[in-house]
Amino acid sequence: MAPLDPPAAKKLTKKDFTSDQEVRWCPGCGDYAILAAIQRTLPELGVSREKSLFISGIGCSSRFPYYMDTYGFHTIHGRAPSFATGVKLVNPELDVWLITGDGDGLSIGGNHLLHVLRRNVNIQVMMFNNRIYGLTKGQYSPTSLVGLKSPSSPMGSIDAPVNPMAFALGANARFVSRGIDTMIKPLSALFKEAHAHKGASFIEILQNCPVFNDGTWTHVTARDVSSDMQLWVEHGKPLLFGKDKKKGLIISGADAKVVTVGEDGFTEDDITVHDETSLGLAFTLAHLLPPVFPMVFGVVYRNPAPAYDEAVAAQVDLAVEQQGEGDIDALLRSGHTWTVE
Amino acid sequence: MGFNHALCLRRPRNENHMDTPVSQDVTRKTLESVVIRFAGDSGDGMQLAGTQFTQTSAVAGNDLATFPDFPAEIRAPAGTLFGVSGFQLHFASHEILTPGDEPDVLVAMNPAALKVNLPDVPTGGFIIVNSDAFSKSNLKKAGYEANPLEDGSLDGYRVLKIEITRLATAAVEHTEIGAKSAQRTKNVWTLGLLYWLFDRDRTPTKEWLQKKFAKKPALVDANISALDAGHAYGETAELPTGVELYKVPKAKLPPGTYRNIEGNTALAWGIAAAAKLSKTKVMFGSYPITPASSVLHALAPLKHFGVTTFQAEDEIAAVCSAIGASWAGAVGVTSTSGPGMALKGEAIGLAIMIELPLVILDVQRAGPSTGMPTKTEQADLFQALYGRNSDAPLCVLAPQSPGDCFLMAIEAVRIATKYMTPVIVLSDGYIANGAEPWAVPSFDELPKIDVKYHADTEDFHPYLRDPKTLARVWPIPGTPGLEHRVGGLEKDFDSGHISYDPDNHHKMTQVRAGKILGIADDIPEQKVELGAEGGKLCMVSWGSTYGSVNEAVRRARSQGKDVSHVHLRYMWPMPRNLEALLKTYDQIIVPELNNGQLAHVLRAEYLLPAQSLAKVAGKPFRVGEVLSAIDDALEGKESN
Repeated sequence: MAPLDPPAAKKLTKKDFTSDQEVRWCPGCGDYAILAAIQRTLPELGVSREKSLFISGIGCSSRFPYYMDTYGFHTIHGRAPSFATGVKLVNPELDVWLITGDGDGLSIGGNHLLHVLRRNVNIQVMMFNNRIYGLTKGQYSPTSLVGLKSPSSPMGSIDAPVNPMAFALGANARFVSRGIDTMIKPLSALFKEAHAHKGASFIEILQNCPVFNDGTWTHVTARDVSSDMQLWVEHGKPLLFGKDKKKGLIISGADAKVVTVGEDGFTEDDITVHDETSLGLAFTLAHLLPPVFPMVFGVVYRNPAPAYDEAVAAQVDLAVEQQGEGDIDALLRSGHTWTVE
Repeated sequence: MGFNHALCLRRPRNENHMDTPVSQDVTRKTLESVVIRFAGDSGDGMQLAGTQFTQTSAVAGNDLATFPDFPAEIRAPAGTLFGVSGFQLHFASHEILTPGDEPDVLVAMNPAALKVNLPDVPTGGFIIVNSDAFSKSNLKKAGYEANPLEDGSLDGYRVLKIEITRLATAAVEHTEIGAKSAQRTKNVWTLGLLYWLFDRDRTPTKEWLQKKFAKKPALVDANISALDAGHAYGETAELPTGVELYKVPKAKLPPGTYRNIEGNTALAWGIAAAAKLSKTKVMFGSYPITPASSVLHALAPLKHFGVTTFQAEDEIAAVCSAIGASWAGAVGVTSTSGPGMALKGEAIGLAIMIELPLVILDVQRAGPSTGMPTKTEQADLFQALYGRNSDAPLCVLAPQSPGDCFLMAIEAVRIATKYMTPVIVLSDGYIANGAEPWAVPSFDELPKIDVKYHADTEDFHPYLRDPKTLARVWPIPGTPGLEHRVGGLEKDFDSGHISYDPDNHHKMTQVRAGKILGIADDIPEQKVELGAEGGKLCMVSWGSTYGSVNEAVRRARSQGKDVSHVHLRYMWPMPRNLEALLKTYDQIIVPELNNGQLAHVLRAEYLLPAQSLAKVAGKPFRVGEVLSAIDDALEGKESN
């Protein structure tokens, strides 16, 4: 029996977005937290179940749609952005959440991710980055660090990793952000910002794979280092971090340096103020890596532009407005015809 | 219906090579049919001359068929053999189905064009050459050691040598176009001469020029002057003996409104018509590839017909966007050629697995790999039938002519939406670019397509099936109460949930196959095109070879031979009576432009002793080739 949608007046809850399928990720997988975050966020967004779509590729993260009681499409490896584009071209009102991973989105599907971002299709892209191939049992991924030992790199990976955030910026994405799997509250806030943004919004989520790459983000997420290694940016606010928010970044072009407010003559006024519309600043921030720098989180870049699906729909409307509804008889008789008596 | 035009136009001659103008005869000789081939550099405007002659002949009431032959290079170095572009036109006072085996008239704009095309011209054939282009360097580029216009190597043909470049340039001297543009009017000048020779009206071409260069009056003036000058040249310059004036009377065609149509335009318009007939949006996702790109070009301006076109980043994205569109309730369509088909295989498998409508237009070209992209072939039959991982059956159709592409595109949408399945339409480079006069149907006569989305929430699961067609329901996102998940993982027959159950997988495999086989009850029975049911020999063709095979069987039958023609447009499932029908013949020959693929399928499916007549040359069959295979078979010789 399919559940009937509750009356519109009733506010939906997390339960309404939870499917009857048993979740089959490994115990302790970061995906559980992300699932919980989205199931918690959707009711707060006031969206309907029937218009919410989760589209995924292949990989551990791509099982996500089965656990959401919305419309879901578990497609093929790397191609989810293309399916999502097709959906939005038919019905721009559908609310599409794209679920991908570092292998799905940046290896086999790197091309499609590039194009869905640069076209600015109005969807939310959630990239679970655990820096490993989980479903195929532990091979190094395009975000794995050099030196990572895995079944396919027993002497250590020699592939230089790709930086997902820099990739998204390079693809001319108009909304680029980063969150952490287990930090559900800020993640939920990011989902809301991404949802509010018109166009393609990119969310990199640092996610832990406890089986094949356990602890890959611990140097950023562990309680004892988190305040020094995480910089949560906010538009118009200085780039401050650290336990007492005394550490700050001074960015000059592509150069960044960490200073402490109150030391060496630096005051809060010296700290660079985050401007989420600055592509140059976003690039510099995206490239900051521990241990010298903190990693940046939150909405690093937001600079809206017309959404692709709406532009396509506008051309269709314009064609109808200028030429009227197409007439097949007229089309078949357009150009040169002649009559045989 | 005779092809005795050869007897009329070609005459074995002694006095060829006619440089000396003799008196001119104004009476015209009536011919039943003529084949003209225009050949020159890619930049010589031969395609334009050919299409204009085609339009004008259509207006004159002839039946016709064309075959453009493009070089692979966009603009190959001038004067080279590989840069030769050709356009062959067959027009007649009777019904014709092919662009003709051999040109009666060859227009060669330079030595390379002569060299490439001369082997096809029969002895006594009529050749018009632009002698201005026979310079030392052009002769060298074409690999001629001596000038063939002077060394007697063209004895045996009737050759009209004209300084076309000089005459055309002189004709447009009064206009304000530059020297380069002036020289480029030589194609239109030549067209004018041919219009005189074949008694064609210049008005349609003049009107076309006025429209085409509406914003450049100088070019209109120049081209019309060149056209008139070529025509006047024919009228006033005394043509040599042996060059006669001809007329080809009107053909008796069924009454109606006609137009010329190319296969790719017909596919595009068929898709647009299907959007209207089904009252369903079409989302056409495609990636440019020769020779399929013009389908995208033809659909992109048809947005007001309910067609959204999307130029994807690659072949895979194109098909995936189409599948996404189908999931959302549109008819997803993609177009491609062989290499693109290979890339789309995995996604087509997904569409089979989740049972969504999808139409794939495969305009086949010569392969494998990149092969010969501008040349035709029918070698994607195996790929269409079997080219996916695991047991992944779908429906395959093959239009038989440019006009048939329109109907088969509609048929593909009908089957895809009724049976929730991908449908592949196998066109090819020959019918994609070839044109034929087409009796334009009226929209009201076209079959309506009934599309239903599932909306009932009662006992819903996404793999509910119609017990008769086995088609699953089409519940589209946005419908309250039908939220569900689909994907490439195997589904339980009853609940639609993911299932690894062995028996269920076996059952689902059978269901997917059975659904497709059931389409055989929903398509026409196989008919015999020509000849009797039963007999000594049956020629079984499919797709674009219809014309040559039909014409060959027609001629063989007129000579009293016991041969029939069966032509397939439904490649999978095959018509339900096909096996019984084919078993009524002693011999079966399958002419096809591949290395024997349909012959193989018929042998495998029906244990029939089908023999292959394979041609894999990047060109369609000549009627003569099929005819001699018929003769050989009936005389008990091995063919092929």
